[in-house]
Amino acid sequence: MDLGPHAAFIWASYGAFVAIVGLLIGWTLFDGWRQANALADAERRGLKRRSTSAPASDRGSA
Amino acid sequence: MQTLTQRLANPTRFMELSRAVLPWVAAGACLLIAYAMYLVFLVAPPDYQQGETVKIMYIHLPSAWLAMMGYSIVAVSRFGLLVFRHPLADVSAKAAAPIGAAFTLAALITGSLWGKPMWGTYWVWDARLTSVLILFFLYLGLIALRSSLDDESLAGKLTAVLALVGVAILPIIKFSVDWWNTLHQPSTGFTSTVDPSMRTPLLISAVGFTLLFIALHLKAMQTEIVRRRVKAMRMAQVERDEQRFSAGAE
Repeated sequence: MDLGPHAAFIWASYGAFVAIVGLLIGWTLFDGWRQANALADAERRGLKRRSTSAPASDRGSA
Repeated sequence: MQTLTQRLANPTRFMELSRAVLPWVAAGACLLIAYAMYLVFLVAPPDYQQGETVKIMYIHLPSAWLAMMGYSIVAVSRFGLLVFRHPLADVSAKAAAPIGAAFTLAALITGSLWGKPMWGTYWVWDARLTSVLILFFLYLGLIALRSSLDDESLAGKLTAVLALVGVAILPIIKFSVDWWNTLHQPSTGFTSTVDPSMRTPLLISAVGFTLLFIALHLKAMQTEIVRRRVKAMRMAQVERDEQRFSAGAE
């Protein structure tokens, strides 16, 4: 594929773009996997989200 | 009776819905991006003035568009948090900021690499380039501010104020090429001034990367909800341990 005299700029652009988007996708998936593991670990240890004495108004939804 | 927004505001319901939608959005993004790259490298002709460097346009324009769309999502979500106290608004804003920042950085780098062969320089301090650089710094500021405070509620509100003040940058970016004399060309975007042989791959690329943005945003929101659940579980456990310790001491 002949991209002309400015081929280096075109490849550098696509290379930088792939690196940035690739890192973004990789980080998003890795962070998701890490948090899923943390949740599974917490459930395995029998942790529950709400304290027995916490008033209803303090209970977060997210 | 709950409105649709209220029903969707429930994190558990959001998790169910997003898990169903996410694979389809991600698959659509992959297919469209692959088809766009096929058109860009094997079908689309070189530009009569720019030659093959016009190929940079197919990633530069979607990046710039998504940089602005990302900030709009952050600002609308922050507005939703401040005004309606929407439970998912803070989650949405926090998840969108790094994605928007990444596409802003991509727009800056690809634009710079496009500028060198076309303008003879990587960078000039003209209104369009400078305002996009400010947008990138705004994203970094929002991310830093949001993660610097342990108090989730206070961090959310402070970040909301900064995000809403910073929204003024969006019309400046959009109209900078009309208001000031810039080296950056006037906006051609996805309009009819682009020849159809180039407009079609550009549109497909833009839709493909927009779907990718949505997929990443959904995934990052899911992760943020899980992170908060884990944090709530750990906090509750610490509270229970403290109560047990206090009861034992008495």
